[in-house]
Amino acid sequence: MRINWKTYNPGPFYDEIISSPGYARKPARRLVSLLRSLTHEELQQKKMAAELAIKTMGISFTVYSDAGNIDREWPFDIIPRIIAEKEWNHTSAGLQQRLRALNCFIHDVYNDQKIFKDKLIPKELILNSGNFRKQCVGIKPRFDVWAHICGTDLIKDADGKFYVLEDNLRVPSGVSYMLENRRVTKRVFPELFENYNIQPVTEYPNQLFDTLAAISPRPSEYPEVVVLTPGIFNSAYFEHSFLAQRMGAELVEGSDLVVEKDKVFMRTIDGLSRVDVVYRRIDDLFLDPSIFNKESVLGVSGIFKSWVKGNVALANAPGAGVADDKIIYTYVPKFIKYYLGEDPILPNVTSYVCIDKVQRQYVLQNLDKLVIKPANESGGYGMLIGPQASKKELADFARRIKADPRNYMAQPLIALSTVPILGDRAVEPRHVDLRPFVLQADKTYVTAGGLTRVAMVKGSYIVNSSQGGGSKDTWIVGDD
Amino acid sequence: MLSRVAERVYWQARYLERAENTARMLNVFSTLLLDLPPRTKLGWHSLVEITGTYQAFDAKYKQASERNVMRFLLVDNNGHSVLDMLAQTRENARTTREIMPTEAFEQINNLYYFAKDNAASGVARGPRHELLEEIISSCQQISGLMAGTMSRGEAYCFIRLGRSLERADMTTRIVDVGSGNLLPALGRVDSNEDVAADAHEPYASTLWMNILRSLSAYQMYRQHVKHRVNAVDVVAYLLQDEEFPRATTHALITLTHVLKKLPNNTKVAKQVDKTLRFVQKGRIDLLLDDGLLKYIDDLQMEIASIHQKIADTWFLPNK
Repeated sequence: MRINWKTYNPGPFYDEIISSPGYARKPARRLVSLLRSLTHEELQQKKMAAELAIKTMGISFTVYSDAGNIDREWPFDIIPRIIAEKEWNHTSAGLQQRLRALNCFIHDVYNDQKIFKDKLIPKELILNSGNFRKQCVGIKPRFDVWAHICGTDLIKDADGKFYVLEDNLRVPSGVSYMLENRRVTKRVFPELFENYNIQPVTEYPNQLFDTLAAISPRPSEYPEVVVLTPGIFNSAYFEHSFLAQRMGAELVEGSDLVVEKDKVFMRTIDGLSRVDVVYRRIDDLFLDPSIFNKESVLGVSGIFKSWVKGNVALANAPGAGVADDKIIYTYVPKFIKYYLGEDPILPNVTSYVCIDKVQRQYVLQNLDKLVIKPANESGGYGMLIGPQASKKELADFARRIKADPRNYMAQPLIALSTVPILGDRAVEPRHVDLRPFVLQADKTYVTAGGLTRVAMVKGSYIVNSSQGGGSKDTWIVGDD
Repeated sequence: MLSRVAERVYWQARYLERAENTARMLNVFSTLLLDLPPRTKLGWHSLVEITGTYQAFDAKYKQASERNVMRFLLVDNNGHSVLDMLAQTRENARTTREIMPTEAFEQINNLYYFAKDNAASGVARGPRHELLEEIISSCQQISGLMAGTMSRGEAYCFIRLGRSLERADMTTRIVDVGSGNLLPALGRVDSNEDVAADAHEPYASTLWMNILRSLSAYQMYRQHVKHRVNAVDVVAYLLQDEEFPRATTHALITLTHVLKKLPNNTKVAKQVDKTLRFVQKGRIDLLLDDGLLKYIDDLQMEIASIHQKIADTWFLPNK
């Protein structure tokens, strides 16, 4: 038995592989014919081989649950997602433009505040934001860059175009899975690679190291770069250790670091050793108990002052999260125009902010048609999907929005594009998004593709791995 | 090198070595059983005594039967079973992945999953040998892989420290149980059966041969010790030989070499020297008549003290 693409039916959604029943889109043609050349049994064997490889390679993530933290194998589908190089080049330019504008905005907020004076955005909106850090006012990080690493979530709507869904500027994760997904595909499905010219993804750790090295306060060819992790119980611990390994950097926990005379050191077997750059994977509020959350045992006392004095670089800079807010998100196209004088290359998804009276009215009247998102949650938590919600949930959200309009925004339910996954019986369409990673220091860089997340449950829109999502290798393919 | 990483690497090596040695011990004990007269009261309990885990064992099980002891030392979730040791090895390797060769982690990971799926089968006698052999050879493969791929920097030093110290310690425990628990058990069967005194001689040498085998020392012993297998020579060989890798003295000498590559090594080096002198000056022929147990107890204390000095010198202070 072989795949019958004629019975593959994505319904009303934009499918990235099939343009109409039985007809593959151009970049996917060779993939579709190769898949058709394999029997069901052969494909299922590949699937099992991928599961085994993931287990052997120890690619895991942690799920927090009532029963304790569980280290789970990474969910993966073996059919790669294909994006044409030309389309990607355009998208990549848009992502870099966006991050440059976001960094201009963050720097402006903590320094001149021109944008408030020009009344482009209400000052209160920023200063009351949960992610605004007043301690950062007046600080000028190297290159005026605050967000060095950004994970931008993209989706394709029914028109087949990429839209920006959100910008993750705090501690975005997932890039290690992007790299490991490619490694797994190479192991179990090498024949796929024969007919394609695929952009490699392995450059990311080098680019990340260069970005971090560029912001080192001490000029040196090999600055001491460390990755600061909350520890092995964090859901992204695998990624922290993975990136440290690939960069040849030390992986440290808060207890490994100590600040003396406003300089940061790590405790080694040979005594204290100076640290130049900290790629911190812990939230602002836990970074320094002497400044932020006093209870934090994850952070390093005194590290903030060391950063203020320019003795250590922090990536991302504290306070960068001020732009990682779903309300601020709605203003980003304006930032691009305002700071860069350019037209946005990538559009936002249509959004309504509840702080605006007119828009709030619309949202409250159309709750059952919209997706409501809180300003500062991540991982898909605290969201309301109107069309799927009960009356009680709708009423509950209406109350919440009225009580705290600043904290909510709404978007229409987007008809997320689909790609095929290999089910137990046949290939089936599933909804996906894409998280590319963007770097900025002295220059900008975008990963070749990114992490494709898949809602593995039929009809579901939830792609988060903590909520049953899976992933795919993502290919940027050339024409030849 | 970070203190925390040094500590995890050290424990990773210790747990891997401990898992291997425990598997060896279980293997040899099971074989020994087949060689002894059927009515010998072979104390399965002595296995939990060797590993210093009898309190935990007695709290859980009423009877030191073969199945109970095997379950306890192979699969139970108690921190002392081979499966738990491999889980610890994996956990320490997982948290030091950034400095370990990827292949080493993958093999440790595979071994853990193998043990998880199969360890329970070793409770029964039939499949036990094959299971334990597989675990032992996988452990050796991992050690070999690290030896073949890791540069001889600080990380590898801590692996060798952990491995050597664990070996030094485990060998004393195996000698301890052989001389203290098993030998008297042989005596008991003889007096019950009222056989001539020299009739138990073949069993005693079977016992010592098996103990040598548990440390893969039998062939080397035969090549280097010209006497027949007897208590004095075997104990002296296992504790005092300088050339055999699993002999306590050899392991301690290895430590002195490794230490030279590490900073601030004075306190640790002093303790290793002290331990070496202590083990070397023991007159095994006299001690076997009286005082061997105390000698081994004291030796184990000295070895524990080496660990303490290592921790004080290089690891993160306890919070």
